[in-house]
Amino acid sequence: MPELTEVYAPVEVDRETQLEMLRRMQRVRSFELTVASLVKKGELPGAVHTSLGQEAEVVGACMALAPTDYMTGNHRSHGHPIGKGASLPPLMAELLGKSTGVCRGKGGSMHLADFSVGSLGESGVVGSAIPVATGAALSAHVLGNGRVALCFFGDGAANQGCLHESLNLAAIWKLPVIFLCENNQYASTTPARTVLSVDRVAQRASGYSIPGVTVEDGQDVLAVYAAVKVAVDRARRGEGPSIVEIMTYRYSEHSEGLLHAGAYRDAAERESWIARDPLVLHRARLLTAGVATEAELDQLVSDVEDEVASALEFAVASPLPEPAEAYADLFTTPIPQFGGMV
Amino acid sequence: MTRISYLAAIGEAQREAMAADPRVILIGEDVQSNLYGTAPNFVEMFGVERVRNAPISEEGFVGAAAGAAMTGLRPIVDLTYASFMYMAMDQFVNQVAKNRYMFGGQASLPVVYRASMFYRSSTAAHHSDRPYPMFMNVPGLKIMVPSGAYEAKGLLRTAIDLDDPVLSFEDATLWTKKQDLPDEEFRIPFGVANLVTEGTDVTVVAIAGAVEEARKAVAALAGEGVSAELIDPRTLVPLDVETILKSVAKTGRLVVADPAHRTCGAAAEISALVNEYGFDSLKAPILRVNTPDIQIPFSPSLERPLYPSARRIQEAVKRAIGAVASASP
Repeated sequence: MPELTEVYAPVEVDRETQLEMLRRMQRVRSFELTVASLVKKGELPGAVHTSLGQEAEVVGACMALAPTDYMTGNHRSHGHPIGKGASLPPLMAELLGKSTGVCRGKGGSMHLADFSVGSLGESGVVGSAIPVATGAALSAHVLGNGRVALCFFGDGAANQGCLHESLNLAAIWKLPVIFLCENNQYASTTPARTVLSVDRVAQRASGYSIPGVTVEDGQDVLAVYAAVKVAVDRARRGEGPSIVEIMTYRYSEHSEGLLHAGAYRDAAERESWIARDPLVLHRARLLTAGVATEAELDQLVSDVEDEVASALEFAVASPLPEPAEAYADLFTTPIPQFGGMV
Repeated sequence: MTRISYLAAIGEAQREAMAADPRVILIGEDVQSNLYGTAPNFVEMFGVERVRNAPISEEGFVGAAAGAAMTGLRPIVDLTYASFMYMAMDQFVNQVAKNRYMFGGQASLPVVYRASMFYRSSTAAHHSDRPYPMFMNVPGLKIMVPSGAYEAKGLLRTAIDLDDPVLSFEDATLWTKKQDLPDEEFRIPFGVANLVTEGTDVTVVAIAGAVEEARKAVAALAGEGVSAELIDPRTLVPLDVETILKSVAKTGRLVVADPAHRTCGAAAEISALVNEYGFDSLKAPILRVNTPDIQIPFSPSLERPLYPSARRIQEAVKRAIGAVASASP
């Protein structure tokens, strides 16, 4: 088993990939700021959890995957399909409950999925999609199609039994799966350090004889990418699963509109993370390294903002589903509702 | 025709399906050693990649089978005892049943979960459950309840072909019971009840192992001049309501024999449907023959009387036709 510190090292990333990282992080940021403002105005139904502050972790991990690789996620869901390359208009339409939504208005914010980019679904129940990703890796292994699967889970899900069952299953069957812990340090309001038996979730890898690594600076998209890439390459070579833990921080509350339930984290802590914003860090790096000019990056940001604005226009203009559509999609071979609705 | 047992019939269905389609794999505890008798020589025939011994991690492998089904495999999962399904309840309810609907039809889940109901064998409360009604309450799952070797084989072939998740509740009281089966491959469609015996005085709908008991009851009743019609729904989701309603329209009376608990059970649902859509045909109240709402005790003397038996079904039929006075419930 490799030492935790040896698992990842800086990697060469070409110019286009570095720019694409910024583009996708900006997509997540702009999309979620738009969504948060819709929630505030009461224009978006249901519960919404943003990953503002976690963009480097989300995008760095997704970009280490091939477009055909599989991915599952959780209630903090928007970033995952966006990071994986999903088209924005059907995602925004889904959040507004429209029939043009990526899940035809059946899933909403917590249950996005875009199978066309390998996004097999986010789970509103914490940890519940981890076995599903493990199964996607099983199919890749049995069918020998060279794909890998990655499941995002938080520090809260690190204590779910299904994670441990899946880690063991993936380890004994040597499945190509990456268990990606997004450690934003709080499960709703509960500090991870008060409910974890270990200092770092990745330490638990040793219990399953698999590599585990923690990226301490999860705001650095390149560091995340490098670590996940090692795990992805290893999985693709048939060497089995890994845990990659990313230390990060969510700027917003657990869900939009949720009021502070007491002082579970202090303002200074939040400010210190905001001071190291992943988008700002990556932009500065691109400029310093001469990858792009200020003007080029401004254009990139402005293009993404246009993209999000037109996704919103599409969503707003889209029709709501007809009530009868509630009866579609339950089965592949449908069963008629006997007697209809009384 | 070949005479084989209920268990062997399940094994035959699995063997045929695995031979026909390399995407069909078998996952379960002790499947490689064929502990329960439904995977004879499977390792030799299909190899360990497709015949996978699972660790005792129901939540993990039930969910993994769902994920594998969403991405191109067609897994059969052998959970052995139905009570073990509870360990995987989140996966059954939140992933298996919901992933097609919740994602707007993007997913298909061609996966079969097999579990046996090991009752009437003094295995007490942790191994004797018949939990199909709980799962009937979860939209998105199809449910089969084979009542004999023929049904076990034919329904399982259909289940494996379907692109939807199927739960197969196999009745261990029938495991060793043999039947003549056609030599050629066959399938039984879902949602089509079997009219076991035609009759005119009363309709008896029986589920899984209760079909065998009802068969004996119907034969005994015939000797007493009572003509009972026996229906085996074979699948509970979908349920062939039309065949039941048609029968009740003829007989005017209904007894439902269901080895599960009484409250919110399959018998309760069938009773409610006939009440809603067949009330005008009824000449007497619908009667349920269930397992009472108590846990399953260990001692044979405590356990044996609890399930629907030929005697209890016979008595219920007599009450339905007014031959004996209604007892208090």
